[in-house]
Amino acid sequence: MKLDTSGLESAAPVWGAPSELVDGFSAAPSFEVPNTTDFDGFQKEAIQMVKPAKGTTTLAFIFKEGVMVAADSRASMGGYISSQSVKKIIEINPYMLGTMAGGAADCQFWHRNLGIKCRLHELANKRRISVTGASKLLANILYSYRGMGLSVGTMIAGWDETGPGLYYVDSEGGRLKGMRFSVGSGSPYAYGVLDNGYRYDMSVEEAAELARRAIYHATFRDGASGGVASVYYVGPNGWKKLSGDDVGELHYKYYPVMPSTVEQEMVEVAAA
Amino acid sequence: MECVFGLVGNDFAVVVADTSAVHSILVHKSNEDKIMILDSHKLIAASGEPGDRVQFTEYIQKNVALYQFRNGIPLTTAAAANFTRGELATALRKNPYSVNILLAGYDKETGPSLYYIDYIATLHKVDKGAFGYGSYFSLSLMDRHYHSGMTVEEAIDLVDKCIMEIRSRLVVAPPNFVIKIVDKDGAKEYAWRESVKDAAVASA
Repeated sequence: MKLDTSGLESAAPVWGAPSELVDGFSAAPSFEVPNTTDFDGFQKEAIQMVKPAKGTTTLAFIFKEGVMVAADSRASMGGYISSQSVKKIIEINPYMLGTMAGGAADCQFWHRNLGIKCRLHELANKRRISVTGASKLLANILYSYRGMGLSVGTMIAGWDETGPGLYYVDSEGGRLKGMRFSVGSGSPYAYGVLDNGYRYDMSVEEAAELARRAIYHATFRDGASGGVASVYYVGPNGWKKLSGDDVGELHYKYYPVMPSTVEQEMVEVAAA
Repeated sequence: MECVFGLVGNDFAVVVADTSAVHSILVHKSNEDKIMILDSHKLIAASGEPGDRVQFTEYIQKNVALYQFRNGIPLTTAAAANFTRGELATALRKNPYSVNILLAGYDKETGPSLYYIDYIATLHKVDKGAFGYGSYFSLSLMDRHYHSGMTVEEAIDLVDKCIMEIRSRLVVAPPNFVIKIVDKDGAKEYAWRESVKDAAVASA
C-alpha cells in the first residue's frame, strides 16, 4: 500500500511571490509541524492510546477429528467491563472461523473483508479457498498496515481439501502455521491447561471439554477474560457451535460447593 | 533471542537457525522453519520481526525466480546477495525491514559462499557469521575451531558445539534448531536438533 506523502510536498514558496532580488530562488520544502512537545514520539503515543490491550482469551487446536475453537466473551476498557457478551468467534464462511483478540472493530471489519475476498476467490476459481490461502490474504493485508495502529491477534481455523487447517495471524504481520494456539491476555493460563491435556486422538466431546476447561481456567485467573465460554467445532462439513456456558456456572460445576463441617456455631445468648 | 549462524566448508555451506516463534513471554511455536530455500542452490536464514522476516524473504525468493524465468539462467549467490542488500537499502530510509539475513549458496564456478546481510543493509562476504544473542557464543567458538576446507562432519561437529553452548549459556535459549546445507547437489535440510518435542507430532 502506497503511503500518502502529499502533505510533505510544498505547493508554493513559503514567503510571498518571488521578487527581482530573489529571482529563480524557491523556498526550501517545508511542511506543517504538529503542535506538540514530543515531535518524534507523539504519533506512537497516539497509537498506544487507541490500541487496546488484547484483553481476552481465545484458543484453537487441531486434533484427529478436526479443529476445536473456543473463546471467552468479555470486553474490557481498562478496569471497566464494557460487555460480557461479545462474539469473539467470527464466522467467515460456513467452513472457516476466525477468532477475535485486540481491537474489536479491527477484527470484525477485517474478518468480514476476508470473507468477501474468500467468496470472490470461489466465484473466480470455481472452488473454495484453502485455509492457507485465506490466512495469507489476511496476513498480507495486515502487513501492509503495519505500524499504523491496527490491533488484531487472530486465528484462522477451517477445513479444506487438505484437511483441518489452523493459522495464527497478527497485526504485526506475523503468520504461523500450527497445531494449537492461544491468543490474548489469558493465553498463558489457557496454554497451561491446553498443553497438559492435549492428545491428538481425542474424540469431539473430549476436545470440547478440554477447550471449555482451558477457557474457564483462563477466565478464573485473568481479570480481562470472562463471560461465556463458547466452543465451536470445525469438521469436514463445516463449523458447528457446540456450547456456550457462563464461566461462573462452569466454576460451580467443576468445583461444587461441599458442605463443610462447622467448627463453631453461633447460638443465641440466653437472656440474662 | 533468535539465533542464526553459518559457515563455509570444503565444498558446501551450512546455516543453522533456531525454530522458536516467540511473542513476549509466550512461545507460540517451537518448530518454525526460518531457513528458506531461495532456489535450488541457495539458502536464506533470516531472523527478525515476524512479519518482515517472512514477507521480505518471500519477496526476494519470488524476484530471484522471476529473474530465472526471464533470463533462462539462475542468479549467482553474489548477485542474489547484492539484490537483497539493495532492496533493504532502498527501503531503509522509508519503510525499513527489520530482518537479518545469512545467505548461503553454491555456484558451479566459484564454489560455496556465505553472505552476511544485516537489517541496515550491510553486506559482507564471510567464511562464518552469526546473528542474535547466540552470536556472542557461536562467533568465538567458530573463530577458535574453524579452518578453511572443513569436511561436513567437522562442520556439523562445530555446529553442534555452538548449539550446546547456546543451550547451556543463553538465559532464554531456544530449545530446537534446524540445520540446512547447500553443496553442488543443491540446498537441502540436513537435520533438526530438538530438545523439546512438540506434543502433536503430526505434521505442523
